[in-house]
Amino acid sequence: MSESLVHYVLVPFVKGLLTVILVATAAGILTWIERRGLGRLQIRKGPNRVGPAGFFQWIADVVKLVFKEDVVPSRAEKVIHLLGPLLLFTPAVVVLGLVPWGPEVTLFGVTTPLHAAADLNVALLLILAVSSIGVYGIILAGWSSNSKYPLLGGLRSAAQLISYEVPMGFAIVAAVLMAGSLSMVEIIEAQKEAGIWFVFPGLVAFFLYFVSGVAETNRTPFDLPEAESELVGGFHTEYSGFRWAIFFMSEYGNMISIGAIATTLFFGGWLRPFPNVAWLSFLDVIPPFFWFAGKVFLFLLVYIWFRATFPRYRFDQLMALGWKALLPISLANLFLVALAALWGAAGLKVLGAVLVLLVAGGLVAAWRRPARASVTTRMAAEKVEVRA
Amino acid sequence: MQSYIPILFFAAIAALFPLAILVVMALLRAKAPNPTKLSPYECGIASATDAHDHRFSVRYYLIAVLFVVFDVETVFLFPWAVMYDKLLLFGLIEMAVFLYILVLGYVYVWKRGALSWA
Repeated sequence: MSESLVHYVLVPFVKGLLTVILVATAAGILTWIERRGLGRLQIRKGPNRVGPAGFFQWIADVVKLVFKEDVVPSRAEKVIHLLGPLLLFTPAVVVLGLVPWGPEVTLFGVTTPLHAAADLNVALLLILAVSSIGVYGIILAGWSSNSKYPLLGGLRSAAQLISYEVPMGFAIVAAVLMAGSLSMVEIIEAQKEAGIWFVFPGLVAFFLYFVSGVAETNRTPFDLPEAESELVGGFHTEYSGFRWAIFFMSEYGNMISIGAIATTLFFGGWLRPFPNVAWLSFLDVIPPFFWFAGKVFLFLLVYIWFRATFPRYRFDQLMALGWKALLPISLANLFLVALAALWGAAGLKVLGAVLVLLVAGGLVAAWRRPARASVTTRMAAEKVEVRA
Repeated sequence: MQSYIPILFFAAIAALFPLAILVVMALLRAKAPNPTKLSPYECGIASATDAHDHRFSVRYYLIAVLFVVFDVETVFLFPWAVMYDKLLLFGLIEMAVFLYILVLGYVYVWKRGALSWA
């Protein structure tokens, strides 16, 4: 077999297939982790019947979804109804292909970077472009169902996704500014050169990126598009069986890619903590891939933790947060980072130290302030009359 | 250009995988349609109107237009951010002027109430 055939056909094919299967499996296992975790956080058990600690619950769910009837409303636009989930799933997988999961590896005599697809010099731009295609999937799915709840859910979703893409873009620009490159591999290497993860000088940028990322993936507290209490299932109300499962897999795929991009931009990708400190080199026993996967997994746990902690936003609050709070903050943060970057890596280090000190100071201040009395105690003290 | 070939492969596999499963599953799954089951879901009440006949809030359009403005701005920022280590103070001042003009528009839009939903 010729060299180029291996590199351009066989390797991408195997990697693509692996990624798709991994996304599907990871989505299944994540639902188990999520349901068990939520159960723990809400002092109940969660799924515990199928297999040890309910681990095979997700396989049982897959089997159920496979044999479930595929109901397509009679008045729906049939072709677009099918296109909706595909338009959401394909970008979710392609984005994962553009993230570097580790440096080069040699397997079966073929040396290849541990990228699912390719290392491009404009990878970050392509990621932004491809991930925006998902909006079409959602709005087309909502519109083509020809039903009121999905239509409203799809519209809301589209408005939410494009609103939060703006602060997300600015946060990414701040990271690009620190790294001076759009290539994912070079961004990681820039963090090694600078000697710090970009999360320290980019603390605000990271916060903005992750909040917008949670909104982009339609997760709690920004899960308005599928707000069960008002919109039934949101844009996927009229989807059942495996078509619905495709939406579900793309949601988890998007969660993984948001975590992976945050890891690359702000947490040093596959690098161990403090990559330039020599006495920590014993940490290198853990291969780079596992550092990366571990960081991404932590982000996924944070997603689940968010779901257990935060109540859902109201739609006007959500739009106000995106346009009136996150957008000005992201602009100011960009300016701040640009100012610090005038002095190169040293300036970034100073900015990082200042931001960490500010956050630490804020935490100490919040901890030392006496707790506010509960509402009932205050009402009793003020002799507020409570009418029945 | 060659480095883009694997991405095309990726997109093709990612699109074909769910399609293939859907085709295989079509042979396995139950199929018992009836008119009520195929009607749009409206909490059990027969729907009186077609969903596409309804109008929706003009604010969705406004948000979309604003998004285009800011997204184009982000596109301008990317090359600037990549070259920042060479532009330095000149780049900072020039981008400050550019952002100042944009922020003026942003403040105007805010004052006109385009950003408030209710």
